[in-house]
Formats: sequence, C-alpha cells, structure tokens
Amino acid sequence: MRGSLLNVENLRVVFYTYRGVIKALNGVRLWLNEEERLAVVGETGCGKSVTALSIMRLIEPPGEITTGKVEFLGQDLLSLSEEEMEKVRGKSISMIFQEPVAALNPVFKVGFQIAEAIAHSQNISIKDAYQLVPEALTMVGLDWKRTMNLYAHELSGGMAQRVMIAMALAVKPKLLIADEPTSALDVTIQAQILELLDDLVKVSKNAVIFITHDLAVASEFCDRVAVMYAGNVVEVAKSDEIFAHPLHPYTVGLIDSIPLVGQRKELKGIPGVVPDLVDPPSGCRFHPRCQRAFGRCKVELPDLIEVSENHFVACHLYAAGDRNGSVAES
Amino acid sequence: MKLASFIVKRLFLMLLVLFGVSVLVFVISKVIPADPVGAILGGNAPVELVEDLRRRLGLDKPLINQFFDYMSGLLKGDLGTSLKTNRPVVKDIAEFFPATLELAICATLLSVVLGILLGILSAVYRNRFIDHFSRVFSILGVSMPVFWTGLLLLLLFYFRLGWLPGGGRLSLFVTPPTKYTGLLVLDSLLSGNMEAFKDALAHLVLPTIVLGYSATASIARITRASMLDVLRQDFIRTAKAKGIGKRLVIYRHALRNALIPVVTIIGLTFGGLLEGAVLTETIFSWPGLGRYIVNALLVLDYPAIMGGTLFVAVIYSLVNLVVDIVYAALDPRMRI
Repeated sequence: MRGSLLNVENLRVVFYTYRGVIKALNGVRLWLNEEERLAVVGETGCGKSVTALSIMRLIEPPGEITTGKVEFLGQDLLSLSEEEMEKVRGKSISMIFQEPVAALNPVFKVGFQIAEAIAHSQNISIKDAYQLVPEALTMVGLDWKRTMNLYAHELSGGMAQRVMIAMALAVKPKLLIADEPTSALDVTIQAQILELLDDLVKVSKNAVIFITHDLAVASEFCDRVAVMYAGNVVEVAKSDEIFAHPLHPYTVGLIDSIPLVGQRKELKGIPGVVPDLVDPPSGCRFHPRCQRAFGRCKVELPDLIEVSENHFVACHLYAAGDRNGSVAES
Repeated sequence: MKLASFIVKRLFLMLLVLFGVSVLVFVISKVIPADPVGAILGGNAPVELVEDLRRRLGLDKPLINQFFDYMSGLLKGDLGTSLKTNRPVVKDIAEFFPATLELAICATLLSVVLGILLGILSAVYRNRFIDHFSRVFSILGVSMPVFWTGLLLLLLFYFRLGWLPGGGRLSLFVTPPTKYTGLLVLDSLLSGNMEAFKDALAHLVLPTIVLGYSATASIARITRASMLDVLRQDFIRTAKAKGIGKRLVIYRHALRNALIPVVTIIGLTFGGLLEGAVLTETIFSWPGLGRYIVNALLVLDYPAIMGGTLFVAVIYSLVNLVVDIVYAALDPRMRI
C-alpha cells in the first residue's frame, strides 16, 4: 500500500546510550494520502514521537536514523542535504508538540515567533510577516492585539497550544504533525483544542499525523489509525474498523483497557511491561506479553500484511486475506 | 513601561543597601581595637598632641555625633582625609580608580568575547576537538594563579623577548596625555597623543591577558554548560521544526536564553576586577585601587579604608544593578 503524500518505509532509528544501543524504531512503515488524517497510537516509548521526529529529520545525536526511506511527495527526505531539509521543515511539514508552553521560546513575544515561522515559509522578511500574524491568531480564536505582545509564561496551556497551532498552520503546510497536542492539557481544554484543530484542518485541507496514546481521541479525530508497539507498526485500519474488528492482540488489549464513563466493567490491562529496547524480545516484540503467542512468534518478525481491504496487521496469527486468525489453529 | 518601573525599584533597593553598608563600615571602624591617633603619632607622643589630634578628628565627641558627622560628610561626598597621604580620600580614589577601571574594562571585554565564543563552540561541537581544547584551556585558566601566569608572561615577553613593557601604565619617556577621564588610552586618543596611546596600550596587554584569562575560563565554562542545557529544551526543537537554519537557532533562539546565567558571572567578574586586582597590580606595578586599599590597610589609614570600602560597595551595587537590568532585558520572566 502506498500513500500519495508520504511513504515511510523500513525506518530504523537507534539511540546510542551508556547502557547500550536502544533500537527505538524497528522497520516502521506508514503511508498517508493528501488531506488524510492518520493517528499513530501506542504506549509511551513505543516510538510514536521518534517516528514523527524522523519524518522531520530532527533526530539528534545520540540518536541516528540507520536505514529506511521517508518519501514525501516523491522525494526521499533522508537523502536531502540539511539546507534542502530546512526548506521542507516549516514550509511543507509543520509540527506541534505536547508541552505547548515549553515549546515556545521564553524570551520572545508570541507575535515574533509566529512571524518568524511565516517569514521562513514565504521567504519574506520578519517585518513583512508581522502583517500576517493577526490573521493567524484570529484563526485560532485568540485576541491578536493582546496575544501578540505576550510571552510564553503569560499564556495558559490552552492558549499556548492555540499559538502553536496558529504558528504551524499559518505556513499552510501539506502535512501537520501533531505530537500529543492535548496530552498536557485539562480535559475540557483538550476537547476545545481538538475541536479547533478539526475545524481548521477541514478548511486548510492539509494531511495530519496525529500522535496520541488515547485510542478514543485517535478514532474520533482521524480517518485511519496506526497502532505502534515497541518500535513497530502492528496494525493499521480505518478508525471505525479498528474499534469494530481489532485484530492484533495488542490492539485488542488496548481497546479493552479503555475506561468508559458510566460503565462499571472491570478494566483489563495488558499484563507485563513494555520491553527494554536495548535488548528487545526476538521475533515479534509483543510475544512475551501475548496470550496467543506460539512458536513462530519468538523467531520471526511478522510483516505488515493486508488481511482485508485497508486493514493491515503484523501478526503471525493472520495470513494475507484472512482475518479470522486461522493460522494459529493450523 | 514594565522595565522602567523595575529599574526604579532596583535603584531604591540599592540606596537601602548603601545606607546599610555605610552604617556597617562606621560601626566596624569603632569596634576594631586599634587607635587611629596612635597609628599616626606613634606610642610615645605627648598627651597634648594626642588630645589635639583627637579633637581635630572629632574623636572626642559622643559616638552618635561622630556618626552624624560621618553621614553628613558622606552625603556631601566627603570621605574624610587620608591619614597617610593627607589628601581627601575622594581625591585619592579619583587618582587610583581610573587605572583599575581601565584594566577591568579591557580584561572584561577580552573575557566576554573570548569566553562566550569558546563556550558556544564548545557546546555546539560537544566532544569534538574544539570542545576538548576549550575545556583544557578553561581548566588551566581557573586553576593557574594570576601571580604565576603574570610572572611567566613578564619573563617571556618583557625579560626574554623584550616585546612588551614590564610594568606601570606609561613609559617614563612618554609625555602623559591631558587628563579627561583618567583612562590613559582614552585620554591619549582624545588629546591626539598617538605616542602615549600606543605606549599605554602596550602596557595594558600583559595585565589584561593575565586578568582576562581566568575570567575567560570561567565565562567559557558557564556558557558551555548553560548552552548545552538550553539546546535540550523544547523550544529549540520548535525552532528547528520551523525550518530556520542552525545558525539562527543557535544565535537567536539558544544564545539569548543561555546568556542569562553568564551575565551573573560577567557582573561578578567585572565587580571583582573593579575593586582592584591586588596581585596583578603588584606584579605589574599598576597604580590601581587594589594597591591603594591594601596599603591603607597596612598602615591603619582609617578614612582611606572606610572610604575605599564604601566606594567598592557602591561599585558593586552599581554593577549588580546593571546585571539585574540586563537580566530583565534578556528574560521577560524577570520583570516582576
């Protein structure tokens, strides 16, 4: 399966630490069409953010992208020079982050920081770019006259994230990467920000990669969901499909562990802990925690295969075109 | 404006501090078990002479009156008369301070430029050659005592090579420039005396290097640590994600944040240099404030000691005020 906007193939990223080499991404594959919204879901440390930063080529030492391809509009971003990459960042791809207040520079006014982003994307002077700041701030529902002259420490988390969104969308990107944009906010503010983002993207029609650990938010906001576990994409499907027919045992476990308001069912967690990626499990990295694991899982890393239309899973239980998991029984 | 009210507030605080210091200096001078009259006249002076001098110094009045005399003198800018030089302390300080100021400015300029540059390079090229070099350079700078580096430099550049003069501010055969500021380099430029300018500059080189080196070292170390810390912050990632180049990320986004702790060190260094670097001044026979105060201490020249202490306190407060203002200018979070 290939996307018309972005194709990430066999992406491997390692981090060199004193403890050993952390194999953070183990051959990630993702694809994205124009105007599509993809959620990347998984636990802390599964490689969601590393994937996002790899697409932007913002992995810093001691981290390193060892192999793979990040094809964006037919161009492999990993083969670009740093100067060429600077023309992609903040022009074709922009990004918002988890801690919005910390993501803004404390010593510059909000207006300057937005103008700087606009100036870079349109190749104009910062002075000229200032003219466009009010429009950007109004778009995210802020009083521009007041907000322009504020500093990050004078903003609430919600306001700061609005500023970040204004900054990211003012450059009219083809792709917006949102790395847990609501995780650090209060629940009520979370909903506001999601709604705002939803409204804005409907108008701007850019593609979105939405990183979250919240499967419910993911399916609400996105067309498709990619579930990641320990550096691999384990399942990709349409949002409603993944809730209706989760295939990978990990996805099943994730859905079972979502608490529902008003239901007094006992929550089921997934037993075990996220593996240490310095010394990851052999074969499928989920097998030590998987109740349906069998011999092959310990040896062989499963490929991401299409078991039904637009539903992909990386699990030995399923063969291509078969989503009943009959392999295990045979 | 917020910044202006901040400065006014700091100025007011500074006055309080200075008042406290002057009271403290007065009390200490009265508590110390040493007799200024004895120090001047010696132990065997006739009683009438002692009584006469006590009266002239005002020491026969009650303590509270002495305090008011002292304070009203301060408000008029009168620090008393030096017992040793028999001149007003203010005049003495005005004589010696420019030499110290000139040296302090040169050493601070050198250390700020070199220290910040080394610190940035060190942090940006962490664990590469330039980083190792700058770290060794810094360790040497903070651990070598100035009297040792000073003597080594004198030995090499004055004694062996003869490239630079050995001490003092001006050679004997050079006509001193007309006095405007007391800073010889500036005065000689203002009066168009190029010979004095070159000579004064040559005399500044070695003491500047000696004092500047240790300051460079500490500034480089703080800049490196602070820069490394800032480069890890989220907003640096944001700046990179915006696509602006590496240079701008470092000089626009990281440096201004990283300089905040560096400003403290620069202020402390400059303040310390202004109070006079006794060792360096001694080695290079530099007629500065440090030597003046130490000489006053050695002969119990009370008015000079008190005046010098107060002057140094004023200088320190002023430098700290400037540091605070620079802080507030750099970091909006400080303007509270």
